[in-house]
Amino acid sequence: MSRFDAAFGKGHPALVTFITAGDGDTPAILDAVMAGGADVIELGMPFTDPMADGPAIQAANLRSLCKGTTTADVFQIARDFRARYPETPVVLMGYANPMTIRGADWFAAQCKDAGVDGVICVDIPAEEDPELGPALRDAGVDFIRLATPTTDAKRLPAVLDGAGGFLYYVSVAGITGSQQAAQSSVQEAVNRLKAATKLPVAVGFGIRTPEQAAAIAKVADGVVVGSALIDIVAEYGNDAPRHVEILTKKLADAIHGAKEIAA
Amino acid sequence: MNKMTDMNDHNSHATAANSLRQQPDARGHFGQFGGRYVAETLMPLILDLEREYRAAQADPEFQREFDYLLKHYVGRPSPLWLAQRLTDDLGGAKIYLKREDLNHTGAHKINNCIGQILLAKRMGKQRIIAETGAGQHGVATATVAALFGLPCTIFMGAVDVARQQPNVFRMKLLGAEVVAVESGAKTLKDAMNEAMRYWVANVHDTFYIIGTAAGPHPYPELVRDFQSIIGTEAREQILEAEGRLPDMLIAPVGGGSNAIGLFHPFLDDTDVEIVGVEAAGEGLDKRHAASLTGGRPGILHGNKTYLLQDEDGQITDAHSISAGLDYPGIGPEHSWLHEIGRVRYEPVTDDEALASFQRLTKLEGIIPALESAHAIAAAERIAPTMSKDQIIIVNLSGRGDKDIFTIADALGVKL
Repeated sequence: MSRFDAAFGKGHPALVTFITAGDGDTPAILDAVMAGGADVIELGMPFTDPMADGPAIQAANLRSLCKGTTTADVFQIARDFRARYPETPVVLMGYANPMTIRGADWFAAQCKDAGVDGVICVDIPAEEDPELGPALRDAGVDFIRLATPTTDAKRLPAVLDGAGGFLYYVSVAGITGSQQAAQSSVQEAVNRLKAATKLPVAVGFGIRTPEQAAAIAKVADGVVVGSALIDIVAEYGNDAPRHVEILTKKLADAIHGAKEIAA
Repeated sequence: MNKMTDMNDHNSHATAANSLRQQPDARGHFGQFGGRYVAETLMPLILDLEREYRAAQADPEFQREFDYLLKHYVGRPSPLWLAQRLTDDLGGAKIYLKREDLNHTGAHKINNCIGQILLAKRMGKQRIIAETGAGQHGVATATVAALFGLPCTIFMGAVDVARQQPNVFRMKLLGAEVVAVESGAKTLKDAMNEAMRYWVANVHDTFYIIGTAAGPHPYPELVRDFQSIIGTEAREQILEAEGRLPDMLIAPVGGGSNAIGLFHPFLDDTDVEIVGVEAAGEGLDKRHAASLTGGRPGILHGNKTYLLQDEDGQITDAHSISAGLDYPGIGPEHSWLHEIGRVRYEPVTDDEALASFQRLTKLEGIIPALESAHAIAAAERIAPTMSKDQIIIVNLSGRGDKDIFTIADALGVKL
């Protein structure tokens, strides 16, 4: 059983937390989200040109890079996390150039060595899978695909071909941290996706509060929260972990209990 | 004259073996370059655009409208001017200038904007967006948006907004909204990031008029096709003037749309030497924008191409005195032409471009854009090494009125 199977098989929806590696005291922030009840960790690889990200995560990328964070640092953060938390899946999320610059095989081997379970690459759609997909799958690392409101039924099989771990449903056509999608439209989309795949479906983009998270958790297998946590790192600096833990706990309680309340 | 010759040629050449004019392949790759490295949200739209472009290529009415607008609105064909005084001064090959500076809006950019807004109309899009560096593409886009009555938003780096005030004002007069982009180095790359962010949130009704032969497939191909009018005309004009093809073509390359427009119709003429000119800024050991000379392959803005970057794949800031060349990447077809050796790419520094700017102005009475001055500088370097019966065509991609403040600043003159 993979770590993803375990994380999404706890009998309640999963909380997926995103933070940018190297922004603030990342190991302490990771400890905080774990203490707060996160089920899956997404670690953002900083990039100079985060085209799919809104102002909050753009700023986090910049803060991290300005501190001198390297790709080696990102893998070290992942490796150290794996040593502390053997059971929790870790996903690297980022852009194609930093992932492929030393070759896809190099990147996949590093992921495997660091105990990374899956990779999300914003700008490698199914059409460009050969750039990274085969290397990851050969190394036993899941290539997590994104589906969006513009992914129609005709396209969906191509998106799912070679996908692993879970399916990430981007609930709004837009950038991270943007407006939240209506629960009804998300429900419809998740049902459509679940009819086409056995992979768990996690929903992200624009989910900031425990109330919003609970609403999405009623209709999905997982909820991704990123910008709201990043905002805390930006606001509190060294004092961020304590505040991150508080928000994570509220989000986790709301998400983990969402389907019980519904039932 | 059929101005869409190149679009037709592209199809008819598709079966010709060994032609260099058959790229890209069905997946939008030029060799290992190009492709469609975009977020999933944009992918269905990119596929739609490709379908619509194929339909337009096969539609005589689309071609007729394109030809009509180029002739009566843009003012094509642009002249091919024998620069006799420059030629005499250099004492070598005969230099012809392809006068894209005489187009409506003052540069080659309008050719592509006409083509793309016709595609936008076909697709029923309600809003136009574009990125701009020097402001030439922004002005050209705002112009066609005004002509077609569509609302238009231009994304421009805040640094470029400051150094290209006249163009910013022109865009506003034309009815466009100009968004000053404050992220990153606040130049062309960041404007493109912001345009893509806007696009991804408004895909349903927005058409993105990309200004250079880069970005996700099919942009590099369709921009090249729309700009190939430059080379198609130049070819006919030189045959008429000299009864033979030129020995060399020279064009400046930022993203590379004017250059690929001039080069593409000549790619299979192996006797024609082709030179692209990259901006070497303060020098290749300092800050520059020479992606081919100083960069390596990577993925940015929807395509794989040569990029200025560090060992971790972080994009490094470009620099050129010319805002239009101030970009850390280059169109994917140029990367391919570089790798197969069909086109030679040479660097020219800010100082060399400044000197050539002044020389051409005084010798020919033509004020070139700083971008074009880079190509003139390369011609000045190369022409004296060639014989007097040889011929060079230089693409004078735009006029320099927009640059007079930058030039004055560089020369220490207060306006």
